[in-house]
Amino acid sequence: MFDWLIWLLSWIFIGIGCVFIVAGAIGLLRMPDLYTRLHAASVTDTGGAIFIVLGLMLQAFFVFDNPMAGIKVVLVLFFTLFTAPTASHALAKTALLSGHVPTDENGDPILDSPETAQKLARSRPEK
Amino acid sequence: MFVAATLALLITMTLTLVRALLGPTIFDRILAVNSFGTKTVLLIAVYGFLMGRPDFVDIALVYSLINYIGTIAVLKFFEYDDLGSGAYQEDDF
Repeated sequence: MFDWLIWLLSWIFIGIGCVFIVAGAIGLLRMPDLYTRLHAASVTDTGGAIFIVLGLMLQAFFVFDNPMAGIKVVLVLFFTLFTAPTASHALAKTALLSGHVPTDENGDPILDSPETAQKLARSRPEK
Repeated sequence: MFVAATLALLITMTLTLVRALLGPTIFDRILAVNSFGTKTVLLIAVYGFLMGRPDFVDIALVYSLINYIGTIAVLKFFEYDDLGSGAYQEDDF
């Protein structure tokens, strides 16, 4: 009875997920510098993963009748949502530490020197 | 539906590989490889459903954790030039 609804919803979710993933990959290819590429790549890790996993979860629970697979798909999403931002943070911090200065929209550096970037990456909030 | 998702994932993995090969700095390459790993996880999960055997999801689960550990290890190596060092030393500040 709800069969068509499940299929419609999983089509919609997986379609939205594909759009997010393609947008993220195009951004990764076309963005001008490292920090903007980082921003584009995180679209894949959040939007794409969330929507594709939602669609797969509906399929696993209601079409394949395999709840264990559904739970494991949700676990994949859980780990992705924890690890992807951590990896992005570590990447941006390491890039700053090695002296990559972010640029503004005209391509001019927004910090004085690579040393300023390193100092920024090592600074801690005031207590 | 699964065929469309698999095709989209394969195409975007190709684009990500292009960035990994072009990437001017080492961090662009690391970012592309990490993004490639995330897409691989999704591809393994979708492919399991496409073949009618959702048990493949186990492999995706393990791959997502290994992908994260690999990225962090490479970044730590480039930050400290050493995988065995601790966190910041006091005289860094």
